[in-house]
Amino acid sequence: MRILAIALLAGLAQPALSQGAPPGAWSCTGCHGPHSGTTMDLRTRSAEDIDAALAAFRAGTRPATVMDRIARGFTLDESRAIAQWIADHARRE
Amino acid sequence: MRGASDTMPLTRRRMVSAGGAALALPFLGRGAQARGSGRVVVVGGGFGGATAARFLAAFGHQVTLVERQPTYWTCPFSNTVLAGLNRMEAIAFGYGGVRAAGVTVLQDDAQGIDPERREVRRAGGPAIPYDRLLLSPGIELRYDALPGYDQAAAEVMPHAWIAGAQTRLLRRQLEAMEDGGTVAIAVPDNPFRCPPGPYERASLIAHYLKAEKPSSKILILDAKDAFSKRPLFEEAWAALYPDMIEWVPVSSGGKVVEVDPATMTLRTDFAEHRVAVANVIPPQRAGAIAETAGVADATGWCPVDPETFESALVPGIHVIGDACLAGAMPKSAFAANAQAKVVAGTIDALLRGEAPGPAKLINTCYSLAAPDHAFNVAGVYEAVDGALAQIEGAGGTSPVGAPADIRAREAEYARAWYATITGEVFG
Repeated sequence: MRILAIALLAGLAQPALSQGAPPGAWSCTGCHGPHSGTTMDLRTRSAEDIDAALAAFRAGTRPATVMDRIARGFTLDESRAIAQWIADHARRE
Repeated sequence: MRGASDTMPLTRRRMVSAGGAALALPFLGRGAQARGSGRVVVVGGGFGGATAARFLAAFGHQVTLVERQPTYWTCPFSNTVLAGLNRMEAIAFGYGGVRAAGVTVLQDDAQGIDPERREVRRAGGPAIPYDRLLLSPGIELRYDALPGYDQAAAEVMPHAWIAGAQTRLLRRQLEAMEDGGTVAIAVPDNPFRCPPGPYERASLIAHYLKAEKPSSKILILDAKDAFSKRPLFEEAWAALYPDMIEWVPVSSGGKVVEVDPATMTLRTDFAEHRVAVANVIPPQRAGAIAETAGVADATGWCPVDPETFESALVPGIHVIGDACLAGAMPKSAFAANAQAKVVAGTIDALLRGEAPGPAKLINTCYSLAAPDHAFNVAGVYEAVDGALAQIEGAGGTSPVGAPADIRAREAEYARAWYATITGEVFG
């Protein structure tokens, strides 16, 4: 019984992702896709860099024009998963 | 092509070998796999439909996109054409990039849906069978909603709310107008496509008039008492175009109740306005195929499941973009593109017999008050109690009172967004 409960909890904590994309990730590429210029181009950034930037945007410690208001819509785990997803893609570009 | 390679991760090498030009490829992430084999028909080739078609093809499905026009003119940045800042070519996109992504693009008119046989009837050939149908038909203008305003009237008083010939017409009228004329913009009640759009339009027309016809005026006749980014627009108008733009809310008699193209008159409950140029944005509903398919309700828009975007009225049909009722999400190009990617993942999962993963959605809309002055509104959304709701603590607008260099940087971001998103949508 306890094992089943743990399995269920684990299942809830890590649901299958649509095509490997964590929640919210698809929305990022409207601005940060491979066509974007300068500031918006994340192809040279590591997952750690992106994650740190999102955390700072969320905390309000990094100057922002919109990313502060977007970052606050995601939990620590969600934005970490998004950062990893973007960086995984960027390495292939 | 199908078979063993279907289980391979969708690497750039494979995608290039599949025939797409490198820059025409969607941004997929490492986990993406082309292992689908379903038949998906997408109706409507705008920000929602073209995006979804390209992603679904990249996931390995057999995708047919039905779109009437060989060229799509974007509503985003069409106001820069009205201001003379861009030519029509700058907002025109063909479907070569969509075809290069492996989508069958049919330039045709979808005329009806048979949900039992799962077929889309069309004007120019045999019906197209589908396993899943995605409608992204945008808007239809309601020519029955404003007395005097029909298709003939729109040739005199352009709406320019579906970009293309109407954009060109309104630009020509602005160019032909003599200095000292009044340009009226009639704005409908909510909901309608692009809530901040009329006010960006007023701003950019003012930018043109200030330079070329400085004695002219802009009169916004509004069926509402509030509008998107109002403090930001009003701040910009006071600084950039003092005394040029007048906004008349519904409570001051702003709602246009009848138009007469013959005399260029807009009538409200309180007054009649004879103007030199009349941009009449009429009430709207979902694109016509939505009603034909039975997915539109009495409001004229399409209720959908907030996670799968499957119609609440007809199973097997998904509706995204301006046509759907997306709860707190506005009717914007960014929203349609974001919904398209979520729905592509959802349809892919459903066709492979899996449960779709959880989703969150973002919207970001820039408005240009001048070529070097922009601001934005953003929101993050998730399904709560059967509707898409904005996540508390996130979202909102750019701050009032920001310095000029920040507004200028936002204008650069707006242009970068446009280049990026149109690249993702059209290749």
